[in-house]
Amino acid sequence: MSDLLYTPLHDLHVERGAKMVPFAGYAMPVHYKLGVMKEHQHTRAKAGLFDVSHMGQVKVTGDGAAAALEQLIPVDIIGLAENRQRYGFFTNDHGGIMDDLMLANRGDHIFVVVNAACKDTDIAHMKAYLEPDVTVTPVPDRALLALQGPAAETVLSTLNAAAADMAFMDVATLDLNGAECWVSRSGYTGEDGYEISVLNDQAVGLAQALLAHDDVEPIGLGARDSLRLEGGLCLYGHDIDTGTTPIQAALTWAIQKVRRAGGDRAGGFPGADAIFSEMAEGVSRKRVGFLPDGRAPMREGVAIFADAESDVQIGNITSGGFGPTVGGPVAMGYLATAHASPGTTVYGELRGKRLPLNVTKMPFTPANFKR
Amino acid sequence: MKFTEEHEWLRPEDDVIVVGITEHATTQLGDIVFVELPEVGTTVAKDDEAVVIESVKAASDIMAPIDGEIVAVNEALADNPGLANEDATGDGWFFKIKPSDPSQMDDYMDEAAYNDMIA
Repeated sequence: MSDLLYTPLHDLHVERGAKMVPFAGYAMPVHYKLGVMKEHQHTRAKAGLFDVSHMGQVKVTGDGAAAALEQLIPVDIIGLAENRQRYGFFTNDHGGIMDDLMLANRGDHIFVVVNAACKDTDIAHMKAYLEPDVTVTPVPDRALLALQGPAAETVLSTLNAAAADMAFMDVATLDLNGAECWVSRSGYTGEDGYEISVLNDQAVGLAQALLAHDDVEPIGLGARDSLRLEGGLCLYGHDIDTGTTPIQAALTWAIQKVRRAGGDRAGGFPGADAIFSEMAEGVSRKRVGFLPDGRAPMREGVAIFADAESDVQIGNITSGGFGPTVGGPVAMGYLATAHASPGTTVYGELRGKRLPLNVTKMPFTPANFKR
Repeated sequence: MKFTEEHEWLRPEDDVIVVGITEHATTQLGDIVFVELPEVGTTVAKDDEAVVIESVKAASDIMAPIDGEIVAVNEALADNPGLANEDATGDGWFFKIKPSDPSQMDDYMDEAAYNDMIA
């Protein structure tokens, strides 16, 4: 793995017994000694610490940074209050999703966190369209940690009591273990928790301070994936990509009214016509959850049919696996809209056999956010 | 007991061979969440796909290590696939096969040779 990038926590992962794998150009821990199943369960029961330093952190500064970003992102950014964060995505000219992201109003700048695999493209995209009116500055000198789970508040409060005062999607600058951290009360596990941006050379110290707490275990990408899947959350490049629109992806909620047709700042982002047309006329397919009958996991790529015999494919699974908290297989994917109502039974083809899948609402496990 | 390069173990028991996968294999696979076993009475040839196991990470195929007839499968794995992790060489066995050519067993490693291979 010599050509892979290392995060500042690499040596700590190895010390803690992580199995390291290549992911988006980085050597990342897929699991530690507990294994995926126990790491997943530990996060839902107590608190898990995730290294997400491979993700891209970017500052957008200058007068009108929010307005500038609204040219690329169909989200209400101008209306995002100071010290608040929201979910969004870059769209392309066809309304497809170039990447999904988090946006925070940190007063003198908008802080953007994007996916590792897309970060170079995203940064180039922002620079090409937004500079020189605003300045797009990557922040490679900061690591990103996620502390997730019901004990996250108690744990982080031992380092700074103000952590407990934050509500879901609040952001704040907090001193943690002597480091100036950019903290948001958010995450991608369906649990309460925090994401913490910390200078690279202070990241190991902070991670060790958090891991010193009895309730905290280090958690790898394996459990991060099963946690977000149970949470009904999209994985870019799998559940959403340039060929899926936010409407097909059931992410319409992320486009606030002010940016929709008839809103004060309607459109003005790439693919607005395609997206508005889908909002008005409906979509031919949409993202739904599936609970397979039985115990066999149905993973990405499984073809879906309306019945046990039909030759006409009506959809496919984009993410699937075993849900440790659900105690059985869970999946998400796209289905022709006519078949996509919750309660419908469709069939996934697994190793040549058609097995029933029950269309269901997501999340599979109730979200546990501190609203 | 004999071992294959694919991390299966074969244990003679009366006139049948009990087959499972090694603890080394289950550790590599991670938590096993689903095991699809062959039907009793199926005749298999060496290297036929016999079992599908799914761990939290991925699906893997287990091949029949010898020719023969499947005479029993471990039904307990249907409800508790984690048995393969907990007791790989005991309660986590997969199937029993009646060999049509018992000399095929001679091709496989003994425990010392297997341990050398995974060391």
